[in-house]
Amino acid sequence: MAVDAHDAAASAPGMPQLDITTFPNQIFWLVVTIVVIYLILSRVALPRIGAVLAERQGTITNDIAAAEDLKRQAAEAEDAYNKALAEARSEAQTIAAEARAEIMAELADATAKADAEIAAKAAESEARIAEIREGALAAVEIVAKDTASELVAALAPTASDDAALAAAVSERLKG
Amino acid sequence: MSGEAETHGEDALAATGADAAAAHGADAAHSANSGLQIHPMDQFVVHPLFGDGPIHWYTPTNVTLWMAIAVLLIALMMVVGTRGRAIVPSRFQSIAELAYGFVRKMVEDVAGKDALPFFPYIMTLFMFIVFANFLGLVPMSFTTTAHIAVTAMLALAVFLTVTIVGFVKNGTKFLGLFWVSSAPLPLRPILAIIELISYFVRPVSHSIRLGGNMMAGHAVIKVFAGFAGVLGVGAVAPIAAITAIYGLEILVAFIQAYVFTILTCVYLKDALHPSH
Repeated sequence: MAVDAHDAAASAPGMPQLDITTFPNQIFWLVVTIVVIYLILSRVALPRIGAVLAERQGTITNDIAAAEDLKRQAAEAEDAYNKALAEARSEAQTIAAEARAEIMAELADATAKADAEIAAKAAESEARIAEIREGALAAVEIVAKDTASELVAALAPTASDDAALAAAVSERLKG
Repeated sequence: MSGEAETHGEDALAATGADAAAAHGADAAHSANSGLQIHPMDQFVVHPLFGDGPIHWYTPTNVTLWMAIAVLLIALMMVVGTRGRAIVPSRFQSIAELAYGFVRKMVEDVAGKDALPFFPYIMTLFMFIVFANFLGLVPMSFTTTAHIAVTAMLALAVFLTVTIVGFVKNGTKFLGLFWVSSAPLPLRPILAIIELISYFVRPVSHSIRLGGNMMAGHAVIKVFAGFAGVLGVGAVAPIAAITAIYGLEILVAFIQAYVFTILTCVYLKDALHPSH
């Protein structure tokens, strides 16, 4: 068997793990390795990663705060806008009411003036109509007298008496 | 077919123990009668990087090489990867942050907030073990954590740290860990003995769990690889088995690192808060 063949060389047991002649070597290099890793991690890597994670957490917190701030500002702006809108609306209503009142006043004024003018013109017209009517009546009397005297002259040329004729015509016209 | 292969495997297993010990001359001997013998333990042999001389404590060996690679990769990931300090992390920085968060949360959850000063120490253990385990899965590599000398040192360091911290923080109250005050008085001395034994067995189980898992998985892969070598072109079954076991080993590599770390946290919690 192979065991016999190697007996001379093998002072150590079957597993290389149990060959204690290599132990000092392994332990020495392990200690070196662990110390180096520990120094790398504790001096450089872990503080750096911790800082990065903390910074990220801080950034996220800040961003959330900033977002909330912006949201609040947006809400404020909306409130202000609504308020301005309401004010503008009420102001517009006031202005409209004022304008309406003014217009109404002007309208009433103008109407009154127009009424007065119309009344004046109507009175004037009435006066003229009365004048014309009187003129017409006078003309009728004259025409009637003329016509009557002509008729009388034509029918009874001897019996002409102008004064009596005029009196008779006037009498008839009044009647 | 497979029965035959198994017999070969068993022979080889019996033989290789001795073979492996003959570290330096072994390669020549193996090639002489190749195809019949499987040497699953050869991968664990410690040999000098330069020359064939004896192994002193300072000799640069394959242990040195693979530990150095682990250190380099850890530095690459944790230092170079986080160089940007970006608020929106790059890929490497994400991995580094993930590892940081994973271990930190473990320490906080298991051992409590007052264990955070030990976080760099526990992070060191976790990073070393996880990188050594995964580097061991690279073909032709050397698994430093499959060596009981390495895992025992790690476990012993944890044991000593925890014991010293326990006594420094709590004084003699730390002995309350062994005196189960919630148990009936007559039972307490017996429980104390059991607790004491279990306390001192901790580093043993702690180290053998990691080393044994690593060693067994790699040895099994090597055995199947030996079968594949013997069968030649028709080695479909061994290759499928190697693939399956390799997948399992990836899982084991991480889980063992996790288990080692979380047990460290549990022991630390006992040291900081010894009351039951």
